[in-house]
Amino acid sequence: MNADESLKTTGAPSLDELRSAGMLPSVADFGNKGCVCIECIEEIPCDPCETSCPQGALMVGTPITNLPVIDRGKCTLCGLCIPACPGLAITIKSIQGDKAKIRFPWEYLPLPVAGQEAEMVDRSGQVLCTGRILAVGNPSRNNRTAVVTAEFPGEFVEEVISIRRDHGRI
Amino acid sequence: MDTDKKPAIVIGAGPAGLCAAIELKKAGAPVILMDENSKPGGQLFKQIHKFFGSREHKAGVRGFEIGKELLAESLSLGIDVRLKTEVVGIEKGLKVWAVEDRSRSYTVDAATLILATGATENALSFPGWTLPGVMTAGCAQTLINVHRVLPGKKVLMIGSGNVGVIVAYQLMQAGAEVVAVIEALPRLGGYGVHTAKVRRAGVPFRCSTTIVRAEGKESVERAIIAKIDAGFKPIPGTEEVLEVDAICLAVGLTPSIELSCLAGCEQIYVPELGGNMPLHDQYMRSSVESVYTVGDIAGVEEASTAMEEGRLAGIHAAWSMGCMDEATMKRKTEETMGRLLSLRQGVFGQKRFAAKKRIVEQGAPR
Amino acid sequence: MTDIQLAGSARIEHHAILGDLEVAGEVTIFFEGAPLKARAGEPIMSALIAAGVKVFRYTKKGSPRRIFCGIGRCTDCVMMVDGVPGVRTCVTEVRNGMKVERQYGVGSWNTETETGDGH
Repeated sequence: MNADESLKTTGAPSLDELRSAGMLPSVADFGNKGCVCIECIEEIPCDPCETSCPQGALMVGTPITNLPVIDRGKCTLCGLCIPACPGLAITIKSIQGDKAKIRFPWEYLPLPVAGQEAEMVDRSGQVLCTGRILAVGNPSRNNRTAVVTAEFPGEFVEEVISIRRDHGRI
Repeated sequence: MDTDKKPAIVIGAGPAGLCAAIELKKAGAPVILMDENSKPGGQLFKQIHKFFGSREHKAGVRGFEIGKELLAESLSLGIDVRLKTEVVGIEKGLKVWAVEDRSRSYTVDAATLILATGATENALSFPGWTLPGVMTAGCAQTLINVHRVLPGKKVLMIGSGNVGVIVAYQLMQAGAEVVAVIEALPRLGGYGVHTAKVRRAGVPFRCSTTIVRAEGKESVERAIIAKIDAGFKPIPGTEEVLEVDAICLAVGLTPSIELSCLAGCEQIYVPELGGNMPLHDQYMRSSVESVYTVGDIAGVEEASTAMEEGRLAGIHAAWSMGCMDEATMKRKTEETMGRLLSLRQGVFGQKRFAAKKRIVEQGAPR
Repeated sequence: MTDIQLAGSARIEHHAILGDLEVAGEVTIFFEGAPLKARAGEPIMSALIAAGVKVFRYTKKGSPRRIFCGIGRCTDCVMMVDGVPGVRTCVTEVRNGMKVERQYGVGSWNTETETGDGH
């Protein structure tokens, strides 16, 4: 276990913890096409990400406690892995100029609506900036895990992980 | 049902019991599945999150969907399921005393018994713990996911194991606000992916923290929490007031061993898996001839391990009743044990694996 | 004396995973003499909580109680049901015309309303 114990004391992994586990893409990786970010740093028996990828770009292998490894050459950024992960730990991020985009899983009501403004949050739920919802997809193959696409100021690309969860407002 | 053969009786229709009954029925063994509730499924129908594991473990499928599949399979197989049926006695020779719908009692002589009665949530007492609004995490989960009512609007979750963290997330999905998740130990207990989901919703996790008291006139209105020292004593001056109307306790589960005690099963004390529980061998056989124990009663783990343990016992019982040949039994047992083993791996699983190893070593037939 | 807040039901009508609340047959039970709408098939516990009832009973020493385990194992939720005391409301289904009353201490058998069927 790392000296940095953010995950086991605050509940959220720190950037250092993610980096140590090989789960923090570099800014170059983000590029303007984007890249898959899997924030899965504990060895638990789990491999639906691997089975969900039609390109074989996500590898867990055996034992299934292995952390997933991403082959960025094979990844087509289809995003099927995002709703497949039972831990909701997968996002796809990209950066183009000064704008960043994130595709992330969402399992609350109300569902965000394309076009609306959104408060972008970091891993501790703190609002960092305002963004805009570009798309919301919830096809039946997702099994009720919606995937939301949002854009926001690029300087926050490493920190942003989701949008604000409005407590109690259904 | 074949009236010449005494049936296998499975007590408890949660994931373990359902899987045991399905294996027995598929092998052609006479089987009766009893459950005290009006609906089968145990805790499975409250699990609205996607399960982990691998495809063979139904990874990615939500708990309640696995429950529906098991139920559909048991119905299509025509398993004799007796709901609202409480087992109140087990006599030698395996005579089972059942009370149906709290009104009619009868006995059945069983060829073999599979106890799958699950576990009960632990209590944590503190001043004000009896106030309306204080309940177990599982109770809150039952209310929100089964009965579709909120236990409160602002909730304090006590305990950061998977139950506490998952229920905290589900409370938010149900429309409640989780004001904090507190944990007595210096580190959080649940999976990092579960805590991360809750944390990015803005919920604070507070380690080395306990509840000092709950306050309110006729129901919970406030919770007073405080930091604790290495001796788990509240540190004076660190008290904090949280405005909440519900407090959920997620402080562990203990196997429900009434029936295994009645049956005379030898026990072992395994704190990592919940406390006192019946001994079992690698086929889930207890110390009593023809009595198996599976699922949380045999050590608190997960629904996925409960299903595999139920299958192990069902397969072995079917063979012992002469309904399955040895080669098939050995093959199916090996496959099931393989799946069970892969669930007991990794940083969380290996503790459970070590505990189960200890149980089986002691429970192996002399 | 009743203090039900019938306004503002705590029922979860919409849910991202469970979907919209399915329509259920309506059952009318009586809590402390006042009619209360419940969903067919649900236990007394959730009907009362949905209606905003905060206290289910009082102990001998006057301490208010409601629910704890929710699955029939702890007996915190007991109330007088149709004249019978000590009935676990978390595992007892609602029935049309059912009379539910707060229990005080261990309660007593109410020979006027008791149905005598042990439920």
